[in-house]
Amino acid sequence: MWSLANPTRFMALAGRILPWLAAASAVLLAAGLYLAFFVAPADYQQGETVRIMFIHVPTAWLGLFFYTLMSLSAVGTLVWRHPLADVSQKAAAPIGAAFTFVCLVTGALWGKPMWGTWWVWDARLTSMLVLLLMYLGVMAMWRTVEDPGRAARAVSILTLVGFVNVPIVKFSVDWWNTLHQPASVFRLGGPTIHASMLWPLLVMALAFTLLSAALHLAGMRTEILRRRVRTLSILEAERLDREAA
Amino acid sequence: MGTAHQGFIVASYAITALVIAALILRALIDQRLQARALARLEARGVTRRSQARPAGRPAPEAG
Amino acid sequence: MTRALAALLVRDLKLAGRIGGSGALGLGFFVMLVTVVPFALGPDLNLLARIGPAILWLAAVLATLIGLDRLFQADEEDGSLDLLMHAEAPLELIVVVKGFAHWLTTGLPLALCAPFLGLLIALTPEAMLAVSATLLVGTPALTFIGGVGAALTATMRRGGLLLSVLVLPLMVPTLIFGVSAANAATGGTIPFLTPFLILIALSLLAIVIGTVAAAAALRHGS
Repeated sequence: MWSLANPTRFMALAGRILPWLAAASAVLLAAGLYLAFFVAPADYQQGETVRIMFIHVPTAWLGLFFYTLMSLSAVGTLVWRHPLADVSQKAAAPIGAAFTFVCLVTGALWGKPMWGTWWVWDARLTSMLVLLLMYLGVMAMWRTVEDPGRAARAVSILTLVGFVNVPIVKFSVDWWNTLHQPASVFRLGGPTIHASMLWPLLVMALAFTLLSAALHLAGMRTEILRRRVRTLSILEAERLDREAA
Repeated sequence: MGTAHQGFIVASYAITALVIAALILRALIDQRLQARALARLEARGVTRRSQARPAGRPAPEAG
Repeated sequence: MTRALAALLVRDLKLAGRIGGSGALGLGFFVMLVTVVPFALGPDLNLLARIGPAILWLAAVLATLIGLDRLFQADEEDGSLDLLMHAEAPLELIVVVKGFAHWLTTGLPLALCAPFLGLLIALTPEAMLAVSATLLVGTPALTFIGGVGAALTATMRRGGLLLSVLVLPLMVPTLIFGVSAANAATGGTIPFLTPFLILIALSLLAIVIGTVAAAAALRHGS
């Protein structure tokens, strides 16, 4: 485990894992798409639109998963001051935001034929929207603080405060929602899901997870490179400065 | 499959594909850019701090 | 230590009262917002009375936000933040005192002023009382949640906009329960006390988490 803590070792290991991860996610994605379109039947209630669920649900899971990952990495940054934790946080933010965005868009595209409107202020949709706003805040913070170490610590605090906030938002939005439109919202999923739907969903979820893991690893590798470039540029600038003096 | 809802399904898969393609493309381009910048710096003889101590010392005299 | 903290409180209150301080300005902004809303919505008193608590709460959120970016930034610029950080008193207590001073000059006046503005938008006396009560217990949450953003953006030249982007999503629960409680007082199916107590809980939670997080942000920022 500690050998991973060294960025150089991490670079080598991640570089070796990455092609396999990408290949596995490509294969699973192909299988999942086949299952989703040719094997899964149309739902008797939702019709063909149930196929949107095969991307909506995995992206929702990944949107939440990446925020959790960012929060765990934030603890790593604040407690152990580990550079890999900084890098993991920074690489996770855009990926999580992208999946949350896809989740919202597919939710709207599913809602239009099902609910007759693009957007419903449904508790789950609203919570995801707040999550996306929090991702945007985190990404804005990364862009504004120049020094990577300081940026990582500032973002960590923001991420952790947001992490505490997520369940509170979910709770309050649930409360607000029942207040304004009592039990009119269509319920999806739960234990009622049929096995012929479950398999494509699971395969797609796994494919998306592997894909995002590959993206995350690649992002971390690039981020380590970026830090090296930054350090070397500063060293060179210092040397030129000394030479000029 | 020829329902009125087909457009919505196609649109959601297309947008998802687009976003994922953008993520992959961004990762590849960014990786390429940083690797190139690093190679350029190393070609100019700038080395990392851990290796720079012995090699970097004579720099002031040389300049 | 208590004397040092009291001195800090008095200093912050004095600064807020001076020209360019956030005290009167925040209140003025609040009044402006409430005045401007009917121009957008039309002078229908029934409509205004129905959404009145929501207008007052939104105005309170925005009015709290505008003064926040200077909460730590001003001290950072003139160097007094460095002195405060090396003071005997723990940084957390200093943050609490500064937050409290901010609330005394922003949240409290808003809550006290709300009933008079309620007259403009045809709120019933019960509704005015309810809005005032919810603002009184809810604005500390806004101040301390905002305090985290203020601490994170203390060293930034133009942190105000970033602060709003960072902090507004975190204020959603406070807004929901503040408006719910104010609405519950004037009718509806739920008792007033349920959302009101949750609002108090949110405020207490925000004071604890906000203080710890803001102090951590200030420590890590320098």
